[in-house]
Amino acid sequence: MGGRGVTVKASPQGSPAVGRPDRRAGGNPRRRSGRPGAGVLASFIAPGLVLFLLFVILPVLFAAYVAFFRWNGLGGVPTDFVGLENFRNLLQDDVFLGDLWRLGLIVVLSLVVQLPLSFGLAMLLHQRFPGRTAFRLLFFVPYVLTEAVTAVLFRLVFSPRRGFADSFLANLGIDAQIGWLSDRDIIMFVIFGILTWKFFGFHMILFLAGRQNIPDELYEAAEIDGATRSQAFRNITLPLMGPTLRMIVFLSVIGTVQLFDLVYVLTGGGPFHASETLAITMYEQGFQRNQIGYASALSIAMFLISLVFALFYQRLVLKRDLQGSLTNAGGNRS
Amino acid sequence: MSVITRRAHLLRHTGFYIAAFLTTAFVATPILFALLGGFKDNQQLRENALGLPSPWNVENYTDVLSSGAFWQQTFSSIFIALITTFIVVACSAMVAFVFARFAFRGREGLFTLFAAGMMFPFAVAVLPLFIILRTFELLNSPLGVILPQAAFGLPLTIIILRTFFRSIPGEVEEAATIDGAGPWLFFVRILLPMARPVLATVSVLALVGSWNSFLLPLVVLQKSTWWTLPLGVTQFSGQYASDTAKVLAFVMLAMLPALVFYAFAERHLISGLTSGGTKG
Repeated sequence: MGGRGVTVKASPQGSPAVGRPDRRAGGNPRRRSGRPGAGVLASFIAPGLVLFLLFVILPVLFAAYVAFFRWNGLGGVPTDFVGLENFRNLLQDDVFLGDLWRLGLIVVLSLVVQLPLSFGLAMLLHQRFPGRTAFRLLFFVPYVLTEAVTAVLFRLVFSPRRGFADSFLANLGIDAQIGWLSDRDIIMFVIFGILTWKFFGFHMILFLAGRQNIPDELYEAAEIDGATRSQAFRNITLPLMGPTLRMIVFLSVIGTVQLFDLVYVLTGGGPFHASETLAITMYEQGFQRNQIGYASALSIAMFLISLVFALFYQRLVLKRDLQGSLTNAGGNRS
Repeated sequence: MSVITRRAHLLRHTGFYIAAFLTTAFVATPILFALLGGFKDNQQLRENALGLPSPWNVENYTDVLSSGAFWQQTFSSIFIALITTFIVVACSAMVAFVFARFAFRGREGLFTLFAAGMMFPFAVAVLPLFIILRTFELLNSPLGVILPQAAFGLPLTIIILRTFFRSIPGEVEEAATIDGAGPWLFFVRILLPMARPVLATVSVLALVGSWNSFLLPLVVLQKSTWWTLPLGVTQFSGQYASDTAKVLAFVMLAMLPALVFYAFAERHLISGLTSGGTKG
């Protein structure tokens, strides 16, 4: 978990539902003969609810509480109340501010490089040509691999001398001596390259699904009206892919905020914090240095960043896309 | 005319193939590096990192396969993934059933609570989870990984299942009620069998999520007894840092189950992920 994809990687497609009344069952409850009593309903809900309260809600509330204390994690409950001090320190912590800067860098690079690449490949694989199914299957493979295992693989790809990258360059006659993972000026770009390798296939599949939802009739009609291919692309494909694109941007940003596994295993956040992420800083502070209060404040900051982004994004960008999205989500089962 | 269109067609296809093969090289190179590297020894890896192994050397793979640690970690990963999946799908199905088919006070509030769970990044909860698990003495126990994973899997699973359960016509339920079936009987004997395809989809998502999970096992499983494969691979790569070829073999073997699983469950995996990521 943690990272761009899985659990997390599963998507916040449900969150938009928050607070939306459910039209079908809510407004007009079906009449049925023997209505089950509250006890029966509770017996269905109880296991899931207990699990959820204990392991999702309680920890998040606990983190919010502990964030106002100085605490080393021992002795039951925290007692040394420090108010907002942890948050004030956070804003003066160069590592934390650096995390935010690197988060922004990865997001911008993803939007400018990775998403157009995935989009282009999706358009390509939407065409009919022999072998496209095989390509589609293949391009998705990196997404299936475990992030931590991928990180170990790339540590070896980029290891000095014996790694693939250096050998490849040496074979071309270039003895570049690039410190792929040890040069703080390029480490973020190396990480971005690996993220692209890992995730472009996932975004491509989402784009493909979006493209396949556009009815062919629209293109036939456009052709009859004498539209050229590029006109059809600009006036049909692009606007109708909008919802998919906006959803992918959303998933990509939320995933980047939580980035941990891949970078932690690849570099541990180094060299000298040059590739550290919010989650790695939180882990270091909480689990290595036992600054539980400070690390909790960082957790809450991460939570607020995701939340504020999600709320604004949904208000401003996603609003019109989400009408009925939940009611359809399970409908496209195979 | 037709010659020109044929030529344009051919040109376009050539373009497709060039782009597709470039991407294939991009995707396949690291994986082939691991696969072939595992068949080399370290001297070959230094002198001939790019070519085929000569001679092919199976020792790295057999070493890993004959080590107890690899099998123990594979077993832990599978065990934890299966139990997690069972718990999250069973609990979600029950909750989703009630949300989908019964109207009662507080239903929307409760559903909103679950749906809001999607907004909690897992990393936010891991530190307090650690303290809670320590209090319950669940550290170093597979349950310490299974229960939080299942809990974090609930929101998405409930949302997908609720949507499906709502799409089943009320007449089915009425017929069952007339035949005297209560909600439990209807749920177990009629609804679940009808939901088999969507249950398969959410199960695949839960399995994959658990299989790939790293941060939670990292903090919960401090002793190696229950280490999962991701933990095992990272630990192994540290321990055998100088034996690159052997680490490559381990990496390749650790990726293999996921690749095999993908080959078989590709359709469910992709339909699950796209239904989670786009509107239907």
